[in-house]
Amino acid sequence: FSFLLLYLQFFQVNHRSIEYQGWKGPQEVSSPTPCSKQDQSPTESVAIVSGDNATAAELYSKVRILCWVMTGPSNLETKARHVQATWARHCNVVLFMSSVQDDGFPTVGLDVKEGRDQLYWKTIRAFQYVHQHYLEQADWFLKADDDTFVVLDNLRWLLANHTPEEPVYFGKRFKPFVKQSYMSGGAGYVLSKEALRRFVEGFRTQVCTHTSPVEDLELGKCMEKMGVQAGDSRDTQGQETFHPFPPERHLTENLQLDYYYPTYSFYPILLGAQSCSDLSISFHYVSPEEMYLLEYLSRHLRPYGYQPRYQPALTAWNRTAALNPKDRVTPAAL
Amino acid sequence: MISESSSFVKGMVLGGLFCVFVTLIGHIKMGHGTKAQHHEHHHIQAPNKEDVSNLSEGERMELSHSIRVYCIILVKPKDLGNWAAVKETWSKHCDKAEFYSSESVKVFDSVVLNTNDVWMMVRNAYKLAYERYKDEYNWFFLAHPTTFAVIENLKYFLLKKDASQPFYIGHTVKSGELEYVDDDGGIVLSIESLKRLSKIFEDPDKCPEQGGLIWKLSEDKQLAVCLKYTGVFAENAEDSEGKDVFNTKSVGSLIKEAMANHPQQVVEGCCSDMAITFNGLAPNHMHVMMYGVYRLRAYGHNFKDALVFLPPAGSDND
Repeated sequence: FSFLLLYLQFFQVNHRSIEYQGWKGPQEVSSPTPCSKQDQSPTESVAIVSGDNATAAELYSKVRILCWVMTGPSNLETKARHVQATWARHCNVVLFMSSVQDDGFPTVGLDVKEGRDQLYWKTIRAFQYVHQHYLEQADWFLKADDDTFVVLDNLRWLLANHTPEEPVYFGKRFKPFVKQSYMSGGAGYVLSKEALRRFVEGFRTQVCTHTSPVEDLELGKCMEKMGVQAGDSRDTQGQETFHPFPPERHLTENLQLDYYYPTYSFYPILLGAQSCSDLSISFHYVSPEEMYLLEYLSRHLRPYGYQPRYQPALTAWNRTAALNPKDRVTPAAL
Repeated sequence: MISESSSFVKGMVLGGLFCVFVTLIGHIKMGHGTKAQHHEHHHIQAPNKEDVSNLSEGERMELSHSIRVYCIILVKPKDLGNWAAVKETWSKHCDKAEFYSSESVKVFDSVVLNTNDVWMMVRNAYKLAYERYKDEYNWFFLAHPTTFAVIENLKYFLLKKDASQPFYIGHTVKSGELEYVDDDGGIVLSIESLKRLSKIFEDPDKCPEQGGLIWKLSEDKQLAVCLKYTGVFAENAEDSEGKDVFNTKSVGSLIKEAMANHPQQVVEGCCSDMAITFNGLAPNHMHVMMYGVYRLRAYGHNFKDALVFLPPAGSDND
């Protein structure tokens, strides 16, 4: 009997040490079966575990965004895969635009060649493809690179103040070359449905043509010609939301002293904490590791119980369906 | 020739025996105070949802104010870059934070300890902190300037834990019989533990100033030895899913490991949603963490938290 007790004791103790081993580090954490990213319900796309996601869920269904990611065959495994594993899950629809269709990865094979000089052709073809096949499935159409990180919920907050029938597009505004400014390609830009229609129409009628491979500049010129407005994407405190660099550069460097940046930045360059909105929408030149870091920081790690300084209201709701008053966040005194 | 080699052999044998003897003594001394269970490992968990639901606004505020954390950050002049970053970032969220330095530094105020030895720094910092603040704070958090801490998550973790009990919490490591909190991940002591520690500091046999018997122990191991004599044992802090909340590595390192080991669930598997510390951060990374933790968020997700914490005055990066 005592041997039995000893045996049980030993078994218990052994079990606990295994438990300990299991939690020593991330290596042996048991993970649930990875779910298919393709057929996700809206709730899954928006849910932050343990949060009340009602407002985000409403925005998901009312502000539908199609994301298309500029990529290529050599970047699918090294870059596009990590986009797919992180922020792309929160788009209503996501397409990866490449020159070649790949069976192992959900890509659209466009009839173009690869290379920096082909970027504008790729963009034209991508938007034409989206216009032809997906026009009714979304209200807004986002273009991003495979090294752009996007916070979709914050993009929906920005766009909730507008309608898809407005001829407008948003992004990081660059001031040279185009009178009304144009949007940085790498920082991502988003077209309203009307803006997309006009872009496609511009090419159909030859008002817009392929004059150079500089994708973002050429698109900006076409937008201006077609009467699509370059929108102001800053938050209600005047802080920028689309960013052409990773967070570290904006937060810690004095970009006013950069050689090129002051020539390009449409709005005054703010420094330190002022350089980035709480509700930032995009960052560029983001490495694969940093994709996961930003996903973790924006959607997982948070300071429990903390009341942020900036809590803007969702002002567009007055125009659309009735909103449950308890979801409304009151603007905090600053 | 032969006599020389036999002396050599004798010397080797004697030396070997001496080593074995000393090692045994070391083990015996370390083993003192432990009971039979060799594989025991202490885990301590965050509060449950049930613990914290159904509180009124007033109760939430009262509860939030009842957990008072005093932060000790140990610094040396070579840490100036990180010292500045810690000063400008997370330490503002402690109820009080003080920098304890090995020597006086012109640029910043600090409590000067006048010693370069880390164990002496730890001892003196804890002694001073207890003497001056024992009636004002109930939890004491010690960190290095390469650590980033989310004090709100620490307070949430400590909710429902009675500071008059002996708690010694962090990221624990087992070294033979000794389980200690790795100071790279930060060390949390309740006021009761600090009180007992202050007493045992007076005992040069159990808690000497010079560290272990023959070999010097690292300061975090030495602390564990001293605390053990007072009946205080290390506990590894985990969230409700069993993930560590005190991390001795940076988020970047943990993500890289996760990308290699479970690429299908990198973010979900890497780190806790209520992580308290990360270590190994350069000053720039501290600023990115500050922005990412306190400011950057996805719009439209609300949380009904049991505690309420307001932003500190005179700060704009949180």
